[in-house]
Amino acid sequence: MEIPGILSIAIFLPLISAVIVAVFLNGKTARGFALGASIMELMITGYIFIAHKQYDMSEKLTTWFPESFPVQYFLAIDGISAPLILLTGLLGIVSIFASWNVSERTKEHFMWLLALQGAVVGVFTSMDFLLFFLFWELELIPMFFLISIWGTGRKEYSAMKFLIFTILGSAFMLIGILVIFAGTGTFDMMKISALLPTANLIMPIGILFLFMSIGFAVKLPVFPFHTWLPDAHTDAPTAASVMLAGVLLKMGGYGLLRVSAGMFPDQLEKYAWVLALFGVINIIYGAAITIRQTDLKRLIAYSSVSHMGFVLLGLSAVGGGITSLAMTGAALQMFTHGTITGLLFLTIGFIYERTHTRHIPDLGGLARRMPIFTVSLVVAGLASLGLPGTSGFVAEVTIFVGAFPAFKIATIIAAFGVVLTAGYILWMIQRSMFGPEKPQFEQIGDATAVQVIPIGILIISIIAVGIYPAFVSDVFADGIAQMLIMTGAN
Amino acid sequence: MNYIDLELIIPEISMALLAGLIIVFDLFSSNKRLLVPLCLIGLLVPLFFCIAAAQESAEAGFMGTMQVDDFSIFFKYVIILATALVILSSATYAKRFDNHQGEYYSLILLSATGMMLLASATELITIYIALELTALPTAALAAFIREKKSAESGMKFLILSAVSSAVLLYGMVLLYGFTGSTHLSDIGTAIATQLSGSAGITDHGVLLFSVILITAGFGFKISAVPFQMWAPDVYEGAPTPITAFLSVASKAVGFAIILRILYMVFENEALSSDWTSMMAVLSAISMSVGNLIAIKQNNIKRMLAYSTIAQAGYIMVGLAAMTSDTTLNTSGPLGILVYLAGYTFTNLAAFAVITAVSESSGDDSIDSFSGLIKKSPILAGIMTISMISLIGIPPTIGFMAKIYIFGAAVETNLTWLAFVGVINSVISAYYYLRVVKTMFLNSASEQSPIKPSIGPLSAAVISIVGTVAFGLYPRPIIELAREAISTIVG
Repeated sequence: MEIPGILSIAIFLPLISAVIVAVFLNGKTARGFALGASIMELMITGYIFIAHKQYDMSEKLTTWFPESFPVQYFLAIDGISAPLILLTGLLGIVSIFASWNVSERTKEHFMWLLALQGAVVGVFTSMDFLLFFLFWELELIPMFFLISIWGTGRKEYSAMKFLIFTILGSAFMLIGILVIFAGTGTFDMMKISALLPTANLIMPIGILFLFMSIGFAVKLPVFPFHTWLPDAHTDAPTAASVMLAGVLLKMGGYGLLRVSAGMFPDQLEKYAWVLALFGVINIIYGAAITIRQTDLKRLIAYSSVSHMGFVLLGLSAVGGGITSLAMTGAALQMFTHGTITGLLFLTIGFIYERTHTRHIPDLGGLARRMPIFTVSLVVAGLASLGLPGTSGFVAEVTIFVGAFPAFKIATIIAAFGVVLTAGYILWMIQRSMFGPEKPQFEQIGDATAVQVIPIGILIISIIAVGIYPAFVSDVFADGIAQMLIMTGAN
Repeated sequence: MNYIDLELIIPEISMALLAGLIIVFDLFSSNKRLLVPLCLIGLLVPLFFCIAAAQESAEAGFMGTMQVDDFSIFFKYVIILATALVILSSATYAKRFDNHQGEYYSLILLSATGMMLLASATELITIYIALELTALPTAALAAFIREKKSAESGMKFLILSAVSSAVLLYGMVLLYGFTGSTHLSDIGTAIATQLSGSAGITDHGVLLFSVILITAGFGFKISAVPFQMWAPDVYEGAPTPITAFLSVASKAVGFAIILRILYMVFENEALSSDWTSMMAVLSAISMSVGNLIAIKQNNIKRMLAYSTIAQAGYIMVGLAAMTSDTTLNTSGPLGILVYLAGYTFTNLAAFAVITAVSESSGDDSIDSFSGLIKKSPILAGIMTISMISLIGIPPTIGFMAKIYIFGAAVETNLTWLAFVGVINSVISAYYYLRVVKTMFLNSASEQSPIKPSIGPLSAAVISIVGTVAFGLYPRPIIELAREAISTIVG
C-alpha cells in the first residue's frame, strides 16, 4: 500500500500533536494523547522502514522559495535514514512511557517531547541542505527546555552548555552550507555530491570538509568537543536522556555518513587517519574516564563517548578497494547504541525514581528488590559490552572486521576498548544491583506495568537485532552502497 | 513644480493630515479611548495610497528630489506596519499621559511622515529635511514621561541627533562642493567622470572625507558602532513603545537612505570596493560589541538596546556584501530588506510583551519576567518565539533573514564576515535565552496572573504571527524585497 506524503506525515504528526497538546489539553489527557500520537508515529516509521524499498517516497515542493535561492521542501528516504527513523519512532514511544509519572508541568513536558521527535525525523528525512539545517536547529529548543525545566542537578547550566556547543558546531556547518551553495548553486543534497568536485568553491575543499564535519563532530560527540555530553545527559530527565543518547547523537553520525562521507569521499579518504585517530581516542579515553565515574547516569554518558568512537572508526575505513563493511558497521552501531543506551538510561531513571540516588557506592543489593530492573540493566549492560547474541556484538564485530584492513593498529587498540567496557559495565552492575542488601532500600518496589512496556520493547529490539542483524544491517548496507555509487567512490 | 507631482506624496500628505486630525480630535473630544482606533483606521489611508502607487511604474517628481518606486514603497509598508503596531501597543501605556495622549499619537505619526519622505527622497537637502522631521518628534516622544530618566533620554537623543545631523550636513556640503549638485543621480554621474582614470577614492581627499562624514551621520541613525553610544540610555529612558519605534522604524529608514545613496551615488567600482572593507569592519565590530555588552545587562530595554546594535551589525553585513568582484550585486541589499522586515515583526513582538509586562510589574528589569509562563502563558510564549527569532533559530523569520544576509556575504567572498556573524549569533543565544530561562524557570515573587490589555496583546500576537508565518513561508517578503531592489539596482 502506498501512502502519499508519508514522510511529511511522519514529521508533522508529532509537531502538530505538540501544538494540540499545548493549546487544548492538560495533565493526563495530554499524556494519553501524546502516547496515542507516538504509537501512530511508531506505526508510520515502521511502515516507512518496511516499505521504503518498494515505493519512491520522496516529496518535493519547489515553490517554497524563489528560484534564485532554490531552497526546496525536499524529503526522501533511503537505507541510511530508514532505520534511524524507525529508531526515532521506537525511542519516541519509550520516552513517553519514561515520563509517565512526570507530575510537574505535565502538558509542557509532553509537548516538548513530541516537538523533539518531529524535528529529529525532519533531520533524517530532509534532502535539501537548508531544510536539513532548519530541523537540525529546531531540535535544540525542545531539548533545551526539557533539560532546563525537568532536569536535576545543575540543569540550567547543562541545558545552556548543550545549546551553545551545538549551535557553535552548527555555525560552522551553516557557513559550509552557504559556501556549497555559492559554489554549486543548489541546496539539493542528492545533486551536491556530483557537483562538488568540479564546483568553483571560495574556500579549499579540505576546509569546507572540516567545517561541515565539525558541526557533526560536536553532536556525535568527538573528543575534544564531548564535554557538553556528560553534563547534559546526567542532568536531563530520563525521557530526555533517552532521546539525547538514543537519537540526537545519531544525528551527528548520520551527518558524518551522509555529508562528510557521501559528499566528500576524496576528503574522507585523505583524512581517514584523522577519523581513525579520533575514533581510538574516543574509545579509549571515553572508556578510561567511564571507569572512574560514580554517578550511574554520568557513567553511561561517558560510555556513549566511547561507543561513538566506534562509529568514527567504522567511517574511517574507506577507499583503496576496501569494502563498505565498516561503514555498515558504523551505521549499525548507531542503531544498536540507540536501543542499548536508551534502555540503560531508562532503567537507571526508573531506579533513581525509587532510590533517589544515583551514586553507585550508596546503591547495592537491589537485585532482590527489583528483579525486572536488574534483568533489564544486565541485558542492556551485556549488549553494551558486546556479548554475542545481542545487537552490540554484531555492530562492533562488523566494524572491527571492516576496519582492520585499513587501520590495523588502530583496530587492535580499539578492541581493547571492549575489554574496558566489560570492566566498567560489569563492575557497575555488580556494585549497584548485587551485594548485600541495604536497609534503606527495604521498602522500594519493582517496575510497574507501565514501566515494563518500554523496557520490553527495547529488550526485544536488542535481542532481535542480535540474533538476526540482517533485518537492519541489510537496509543500512543497501543505503550505503547506493550512496557510494552516487559519489562514484566504488 | 507641477501640481501633478503632489500625487507622488499623497501617502505622506495623508499621514500628516492624520496627525493633524488627531490633535484636533483630541482638542474637542474628551473620549481618549477613540484615539487609537482612529489612528489605526486613519493609517489605512496612506497604506491604501501606497498599494495604489505600487501598481504604477517608478516615477520621479519635484524636479528630481523625490522618487516613488518599489524600493520606497517597500519601506513605506514597513513604516506603516511599525507605526500601526506601535500605536496599538501604546493603547494602555499612553493613558498615563492624560491630556497629552493626542500629542503623543500625532508625534508618532509626524515622525512616520518624515520617515516616509525619507524613503523616497533622492536629493541631499530633501534627505536632510526629512531626516530632521523624523528626529525632532522622536526626541519629544523620548522625553514624554516627564521623569528624570525620560527627560535625559530625550535630551540625549536631541543633542546627539543634532551633532550627527551636523556631521552629515558637512559631509553633504563637501559632496556638493566636489560634484556641483545636490541631486543624487547628478552626483553619481559627476563622481563617475571625475574618478575615471584615477586610482580610486583615495586620490580624492575631499570625496573620501565626505564619504566618511556621511557614514558617520547615518551610523548614528542605525546605531552602529562607534556611533551607538546614545542607544542604551535613550532606549532605557524613553516610553517603551517609543523605544520599539526607534529600534525598528528609525533603523529601517536609516538603511533605506544608505542603500539609496550607495546605489545612486557610489555606483562606481573603485569606490565600492573601499566601501566594502570599511562596512565589513564596522559590521563585525558592531555585532561583537553589541552582543558582548548585552550579556551583562539586567534591564530588558537596555539589553535590547545593545541587541539592536548587534542587529545593526548583522544588517551591515548586507552593505558590505554589496559588490562581488567588480559588479554590484543584489543579494546583499536583498538580504538587508528581508532582514529589516523580519526584524520589524520580531522586535515589535518583544517590545509589545515588555509593554504588557511592565504595565503590571512597573519596572523593566529582566527579573520582572520571572515566572511569566505561569502568570501569562501567551505573553511568555510570544516572548520566547521572538527571542528565538532574534537568535536566528527556525522556524522564524529571523532564521530566514540570517540565512539570506550571511548567504550574501559568502557569495561575495566575505566568508570571514559571515563567520563572525554566525559566531556572534551563538554569543547572542546566551543572553536572549537568559530571558527565556527567567520566564520559564525562575519563580516569581508574587503569583498573581497578568491579564495583558487588549492593545499590547493584539500587537504582540500580530507581530508574532508574522514572525512565524514568514519564517515558514518567507516567499512573499522575499518577492517584495526583490522587486524593491530591482528598481534601485539597474
